[in-house]
Amino acid sequence: MIALIEDWLKRASLDVQEYVRLLGATARGMVTQPIYRHDIIEQFDAIGVASLTVVLLTGFFTGAVLALQSGLTLDQFGARPVVGRLVSASMIKELGPVLTGLMLSGRVGSGIAAELGSMVVTDQISALRALGTDPIRKLVVPRVLAGVLMAPVLTVVSDFVGIVGGWIVARYQLQVATGLYWSSIWQALYMQDIWMGLIKPFVLGFVIVTIACHVGLRTTGGTQGVGKSTTEAVVAGSVGVIAVDFFVTRVLISLMY
Amino acid sequence: MIQELADRAVVGGVADEPDRPVVVFDHVSLAFDDKVILKDVSFTLLSGRTKIILGASGAGKSITLKILLGLLKPDSGAVWVNGQRTDELAEEDMMEVRANLGMVFQEGALFDSLTVRENVGYRLYEETDMPLDDVDRRVEEVLGFVGLAEFAERMPSALSGGQRRRVAIARAMAAKPQILLYDEATTGLDPMTAMTVDDEIIKLRDIEEVSSILVTHQLRDAFYIATHAAVRQGNGDVRIVPADREKERESEFLMLRDGLIIFEGDAETLRRSKDEYLKTFLS
Repeated sequence: MIALIEDWLKRASLDVQEYVRLLGATARGMVTQPIYRHDIIEQFDAIGVASLTVVLLTGFFTGAVLALQSGLTLDQFGARPVVGRLVSASMIKELGPVLTGLMLSGRVGSGIAAELGSMVVTDQISALRALGTDPIRKLVVPRVLAGVLMAPVLTVVSDFVGIVGGWIVARYQLQVATGLYWSSIWQALYMQDIWMGLIKPFVLGFVIVTIACHVGLRTTGGTQGVGKSTTEAVVAGSVGVIAVDFFVTRVLISLMY
Repeated sequence: MIQELADRAVVGGVADEPDRPVVVFDHVSLAFDDKVILKDVSFTLLSGRTKIILGASGAGKSITLKILLGLLKPDSGAVWVNGQRTDELAEEDMMEVRANLGMVFQEGALFDSLTVRENVGYRLYEETDMPLDDVDRRVEEVLGFVGLAEFAERMPSALSGGQRRRVAIARAMAAKPQILLYDEATTGLDPMTAMTVDDEIIKLRDIEEVSSILVTHQLRDAFYIATHAAVRQGNGDVRIVPADREKERESEFLMLRDGLIIFEGDAETLRRSKDEYLKTFLS
C-alpha cells in the first residue's frame, strides 16, 4: 500500500515537474526567435473564431434560463424588475468566464490533446525535431497565445448574448419593460465587476491550453493513449477551470472590493 | 581506435572526403529503469557508406537512430556526428547538427495537415531563408527523384503506404543532408513496393553519395540494398544492377541482440557466419 502511494506521489511530482518545464519553455518561446507567425494566426482562428458558435449558444441559453429561474424567485419579493441586474451580474462576474472556460475545455482542450497526442504516437513530433523545429515553439506557443487572448474575447461575447437572452425572457415571458431591464443592468454594473469578468478568462484560457498541451505531449500507448489523453485533458481542464476560478475570485475580491 | 576515428572526423572536416568517419558511436549504453536497451555499443560509419543494423524487435535498433539524432541521450559513451560530439549538446545546439541528418521514420511520420509539397519542403520553407521559388524547385526535383512529382498537392492520407514512405524519403533528402537514417523504411510494405523504396535508398547512396544507416528486420531488403548498386547510363537514366564484390563491401551489417553488437561485417561474411543465432535469424 505504501509502495503504491509512493509510486503515485513520484508520478505526480514528475508530472508537475514536466508541466512547469513546459511552462518555462513556452515562456522562452514567446520572447525569443523563431516565432511561427503563420501558426499563431491559424490558432487564433481555430481556437477563437471556431469556438464562437458553441460560446454564443451556451451564453444565450444560460442568460435566458437565468432570467426564467430568477424571475420566479424575485416574484416572491416583488422584485421582478431587477431581473436584469441579477442576470448581468451573474453573467459578467461568474457564469460568462466559467461557462466559456468549460466550453473551451471541452472543444479546444480535447482538440489540442488529441492532435498533439496523435502527433506523438505517429512520430510526427520526433519528425519535427529531426527537421530542426522545436515542437514547443511550433505547436505550444501559438496555442497558448491564442487561448490566453481569445478566451477574454469569447467571454465578452458570451456575457453579451447571455444578457440579450435574459432580456428576451424578461421582455416576453416575465413582461418586464425593455427600458427597465437595461437600466437596472446599467445601474448595478460596477467597474470592479467588469475587471473581474475580464481578468478571469485570461487565466482560465492559459490553464485550459497549457494543461491540454502538457497532456497531449506526454501521450503514450497508440490510439488508445490518444483517447485517454483527450479525456484527461477535458477532465483536468474542466476541474482546473472551476478550481482556478475560485482562487482567482478570492484574490480579486481581496484586491478590488 | 574509435577516438582516433572521431579525431579524424574533426580534423578531416571535408564533407565529401572518402572514408571520413561521419558517425561514431563510442561505448554507448542506455537503459530505461532496469531494462538495458544498448550496452557498450561502438561502431563507425564512413562517408558514402551504408551501415545496416539488423536485429529482432526490441533489440535497440530504432533507439540507436534516436540517439544519433539527439532525440534520446545515452546514459554513457559518446556520439560524434560529422566530427561534433552530440551526446552532450543541448536541444537548441542539436538543431545545427540535424541540418546534416535526414531521417525516414517508421510509417513515414508525414504531417497530416500538410500537403505532400509542404511536407517535403518543410525544413526549407520553415527553417531556412531560401527563396520560395528555389524551395519549390527543390521540392519538385526530389519528388521527381522518388517518382511522385504529380502527387505534390495531395494530402498524405490520399497516398498508399509505399508512396508515403517515398514522400518521407523525399522529405528527408530535400535539404541535402550528408547522412540519411532509415527506420524500418520497408516494414509493412508488399515486396514490390518495398523494392521501389529499396531502389530509392540505393540511388541516394550511389548517385547522391549520401552516407546512410538503415535499421530493419527485413532481411530481403537489407541484402538487396547491400548487394545492388545504382549506375547512371549514358542517356541519364539510373539503373539498379548487382554490385561487384568491392561495392558490396561498402555496405556493412551490424547485428544487435539484447542491446549488444553480436556481428559486424559485410553481406558475404554474414551469410557465411557459423553463429547459431545468426543462422536462425537468417533462415
